[in-house]
Amino acid sequence: MSTAIDIKGLNVYFGDSHNLFHAVKSATFAVESGASFGLVGESGSGKSTILKAITGLAPYWEGEMTVAGQPLGAKRDRAFYKTVQMVFQDPYASLHPRQSVDQVLSETLRLHGFKDINDRVDQLLKDVGLGPAFRFRYPHQLSGGQRQRVAIARALAPNPKILLLDEPTSALDVSVQAEILNLLKDLQAEHDLTYVMVSHDLAVVAHMCDAAAVMRNGEIVEILSIEDMRAGKTAHDYTMQLLNASANRVATVAAD
Amino acid sequence: MSTLLDIENLWVKFPTRSGMFDAVRGVSFSLGKERLGIVGESGSGKSMTGRAILRLIRKPGIVEAGHINLHETNLLDLSERDMRKVRGEKISMVMQDPKFSLNPVVTVGDQIIEAYRLHAKASRAEARMKAIEMLEAVSIRDPERVMKAYPHEMSGGMGQRIMIAMMLIPNPEILIADEPTSALDVSVQGQVLSIMDKLVRERGMGLIFISHDLNLVSQFCDRVLIMYAGRIIEVCDADKLHEAQHPYTQGLLGSLPRFDQPKARLQVLDRDPQWRDAASVEGRP
Repeated sequence: MSTAIDIKGLNVYFGDSHNLFHAVKSATFAVESGASFGLVGESGSGKSTILKAITGLAPYWEGEMTVAGQPLGAKRDRAFYKTVQMVFQDPYASLHPRQSVDQVLSETLRLHGFKDINDRVDQLLKDVGLGPAFRFRYPHQLSGGQRQRVAIARALAPNPKILLLDEPTSALDVSVQAEILNLLKDLQAEHDLTYVMVSHDLAVVAHMCDAAAVMRNGEIVEILSIEDMRAGKTAHDYTMQLLNASANRVATVAAD
Repeated sequence: MSTLLDIENLWVKFPTRSGMFDAVRGVSFSLGKERLGIVGESGSGKSMTGRAILRLIRKPGIVEAGHINLHETNLLDLSERDMRKVRGEKISMVMQDPKFSLNPVVTVGDQIIEAYRLHAKASRAEARMKAIEMLEAVSIRDPERVMKAYPHEMSGGMGQRIMIAMMLIPNPEILIADEPTSALDVSVQGQVLSIMDKLVRERGMGLIFISHDLNLVSQFCDRVLIMYAGRIIEVCDADKLHEAQHPYTQGLLGSLPRFDQPKARLQVLDRDPQWRDAASVEGRP
């Protein structure tokens, strides 16, 4: 197996010289191609920022990032976005309210130089479990789960190898979350995708991923496999705390 | 157990271009000194039920009910002026996101003091003492500093604790908490919940806990109402939630990924159109 994403000593900063915020502190991890890797931690721990740095949405970073064998520079070219795509947290905010599903998908396809756009839009909608009936709808005519499916279809349009998922289900109901997680698993098997998934929900990460990095205050505290996580085999107090907090939210604190 | 609140046949309706939309359709339940959970998906009418109790549904929304009795008083018969005395003093509400429910241009201290002095005849100095006491009760370490701070200087968990302090300071009999922890991280959720739990227990209040999180509710509440499409479809004891009978409740439970029990595929909910039409279950013990 080859390495899809290799990140070494990544630092990300926000702000300027006198007001500098060090959002990610020398993060190092690697994801094999075809695997799923989770990033967990509280809000503000820098997990989404890592995804942003990979896609080029965080301008100030230093360190080494290699994606699909290509070292990343200051700019990303079109070939990069053909390999890597991102699904955002809130499907209500990430779709253009005045563009139909068809417009959203065909624009992405056109930008990536596909010729058979018509057939591909149909195929994409089929892939994410929406029928052709949804093709000419606008976002406000779709439910949250359907919108997230459209967002996933858009991410899949250029036939990427790697999908970055930033809390893809946290804005959705549990029953819809189950549908989307199943869909993501099916798509991974069909298209041989690599996932990097950010979530604050340990159960979701455990369901989807093979290994995960636990983050706190911009640092990766620990990288451990999901089996170890389920078995509670961790060397770090913070990971243990997180595990307890998500397993039994009321009781743990009541015992303090 | 004495009944604090009793609701009979509550409807919440919104007129739309395509006819009347019924958000809550004939819900009846009662609340004693207990922790009552209301769970359901978005759009099931759980928040509307909470708001309707405090008559917070704005026009053009319509609230209809046989009665909403707080002890012997029917809240529906009260004037808006009398209703303001009920809000805060008898029943108060903690909303989902502290960012939107605190006034951004007033210091935390002034907001809590205002909440107290609206209902109690107290001097500013007394109210200030009381506010600091209350902030300590919700485990805020440095209450003097927090009193002077503005809401944007607070983290989400702090904000929600401030909201709880503000809602509990007039010492209400009933607290309605509408998704009080969904905007918070898991580690902070626990703190906020245990603080709320402690205060509710100590003061012998009734709590209505509205949430979409079944596991949380089963750990936190005594009794649970499960709502679907504006109706109560099942009532059960929280510790017996996992033995729930209704296929919808079972489906919701099955669709959750479990940390301790990995499975290859999550169960997907098949919605039976009959669930919509089934009569509402009465939520009285």
